[in-house]
Amino acid sequence: MTGFRGATGAPGTTGTPGTTGTHLGMPAFPEAAREAVRDGVLRANLRHATHTIRDKRARAVAELADWDRLRAAGKAVKDHTLRHLDRYLLQLEAAVTAAGGTVHWAVDADEANRIVTELVRATGEREVVKVKSMATQEIGLNEALEAAGITAYETDLAELIVQLGHDRPSHILVPAIHRNRSEIRDLFRAEMGRWGRPAPDPLGDDPRELAEAARLHLREKFLRAKVAVSGANFMVAETGTIVVLESEGNGRMCLTLPETLISVVGIEKVVPTFRDLEIFLQTLPRSSTAERMNPYTTMWTGTTDGDGPSAFHLVLLDNGRTDTLADETGRQALRCIRCSACLNVCPVYERAGGHAYGSVYPGPIGAVLSPQLRGTASEIDASLPYASTLCGACYDVCPVAIDIPDILVHLRERVAQGGPATRDGIRVRIRPARRHTAERAAVRASRLLLDRPGALRAGERLLARARRLAPRRLPGPGRAWTDTRELPLLPAESFRDWWTRERGTSQ
Amino acid sequence: MRAALFVTCVNDALYPRTGIAVVRLLERLGVAVDFPAAQSCCGQPQYNTGYRYEAEPLVRRTAAAFAGHPYVVTPSGSCAAMIRAHYPRIGLKAEREGRGAELADAARSLAPRVYELTEFLVDVLGVTDVGAYFPHTVTYHPSCHGLRGLGLGDRPRRLLAAVKGLDLVDLPGAQECCGFGGTFAVKNPDVSTAMGTDKTAAATGTGAEVLCASDNSCLSHLDGLLRRSGAPLRTLHLAEILAATEEEPLP
Ligand code: SF4
Repeated sequence: MTGFRGATGAPGTTGTPGTTGTHLGMPAFPEAAREAVRDGVLRANLRHATHTIRDKRARAVAELADWDRLRAAGKAVKDHTLRHLDRYLLQLEAAVTAAGGTVHWAVDADEANRIVTELVRATGEREVVKVKSMATQEIGLNEALEAAGITAYETDLAELIVQLGHDRPSHILVPAIHRNRSEIRDLFRAEMGRWGRPAPDPLGDDPRELAEAARLHLREKFLRAKVAVSGANFMVAETGTIVVLESEGNGRMCLTLPETLISVVGIEKVVPTFRDLEIFLQTLPRSSTAERMNPYTTMWTGTTDGDGPSAFHLVLLDNGRTDTLADETGRQALRCIRCSACLNVCPVYERAGGHAYGSVYPGPIGAVLSPQLRGTASEIDASLPYASTLCGACYDVCPVAIDIPDILVHLRERVAQGGPATRDGIRVRIRPARRHTAERAAVRASRLLLDRPGALRAGERLLARARRLAPRRLPGPGRAWTDTRELPLLPAESFRDWWTRERGTSQ
Repeated sequence: MRAALFVTCVNDALYPRTGIAVVRLLERLGVAVDFPAAQSCCGQPQYNTGYRYEAEPLVRRTAAAFAGHPYVVTPSGSCAAMIRAHYPRIGLKAEREGRGAELADAARSLAPRVYELTEFLVDVLGVTDVGAYFPHTVTYHPSCHGLRGLGLGDRPRRLLAAVKGLDLVDLPGAQECCGFGGTFAVKNPDVSTAMGTDKTAAATGTGAEVLCASDNSCLSHLDGLLRRSGAPLRTLHLAEILAATEEEPLP
């Protein structure tokens, strides 16, 4: 099992298996990643899963001759929508209302949690079923419901594994990617009985057997639940249609069986017209699960008498999104359709694991989204822009062409040297992080040297003369290099000096 | 044909052999080489770590040092990518911040004249067989900035494949980052080391004698890991292999 710091849901400490957890007080990324790097089982699980899916994705994408055009079209639709977000959200509200739904606006996590809690209370129910929704994890809805005496049951298989394990999701699409099947079997045996139908006995670790155990356990909940909470992949402004893509069919049961359906959706998920879905229904499945077509795509528009939920509530969540929209470079992160392709190709994610990112959004997109949605004040958020080698693999695979490396550098700038940002709708100037004072001084000193080739040459000569004294292990920050690596051997002469000696002149 | 060499700060101070190899190689191919002494660092380490303001004077310096040179050649994919992709961005930002168009103009003028070594050889000089001789087994790591940033494609491999006596073997997972990433190597040492160790293990597994790349920054990290572990694999910059001939083998 994977241990990690900061989890709120240690077994036996809460009455609800709701453990999305808060990430406050998380250590910075390098420390959080250290544990994962040293966990051989975790690294093997992650390596196997990400490499399998990345190869499949590459094949599925290569099948489409017009992939580049689909990618450009997806980017264009999203950019256009974001530019006119106010207009499309109002259009969406009107369409949902006309179709019999109710729209609620939530500026932050607290407001969204309050709205959902009150809606559930009004039904008189004490239980809700949930279909995979990152937005509700982002706001910590399960904990808020628990505090109000309401139990939330996750119904997506991977979410169920995370919930039963009092764990946190570590991947956008496969939240339990860090677990292998024997770990899952042990978890089902130990925990299922506490929350409903126990796991069959005996239970093997064959994926089919595990899926069947989950199916039986969940069916009981679907048939009993009167209230469901969902997220959404897309919302269509023109028709008021909400769209959920999933691959198990559990979500469809959540979306159709209960009497009341509450969907919590980030405001960036709107697209203007029904036709726009054509692009994303091709790019999303191929990018995320390497499937040509998504197995279960559920769409609903308001309510229909005698069919599906009789009450529908749409909670539109801001929670830092309009602040992000105000940032010229950073706003492109809002194009994200949460396909997780960037996680699967990221060599850093593969070694560090999802938990190290301290957010429901791990990997490259998490590294640019979280410090924008939450700000860069905490240690973990200030370290996330540095959790990348800028290798560019994420940009290459992204189906909406988000230039993640460029946003990372932009956010590093905010952390290291300060700069303008928008918080709660107000333009502020972020001050350079205090932690970076020593680094800033070193960068400045080296730049002053580099800007004076005469001094640089003298420095190089000094190094060359002292090269026999060069230590094998460095103190201070240099230790991070020499703990595992040898230092480059210092040459007897710099290139500059060789050139002068050989050629005599410059130019 | 004349070309100016942008040797880069890392090569100047730590890997002068690479710069010397570029000079020998280009001169052998009939190119007269200039070395403008006013050059220093392209500003990549500062910019990538978040210190754009500290990078600006170096952008200015680099652009001024190479003003008037129609071809600027550099044996570093990441420094070429810095100048081509990021200089214009830095210039544009300065302009938007109300500090005039001077930096943007400098960037605009320099960016299209900068060539990574293999681009210059294949695209400008039109050669893939540079007359090199290197009788060893070699595996090639295409660094991220060359591979994705510049789109070097198979140029380096074509150059290597044409070297007499050289046996080129595939590196499994070649496209994966080696884990250097500039300051990433010290800011996230555990992940960096884990990535580099996987890369060196893949390279060692090929049975090659030499691990070759077009960026000494990546090689400094990989070489450091290899030497600490005592592995027999040697690292070499592509330019040094291309500069080697039967008459003048690698020193
Ligand atoms: S950033 Fe791009 S690749 Fe990553 S999850 Fe979002 S859409 Fe997918």
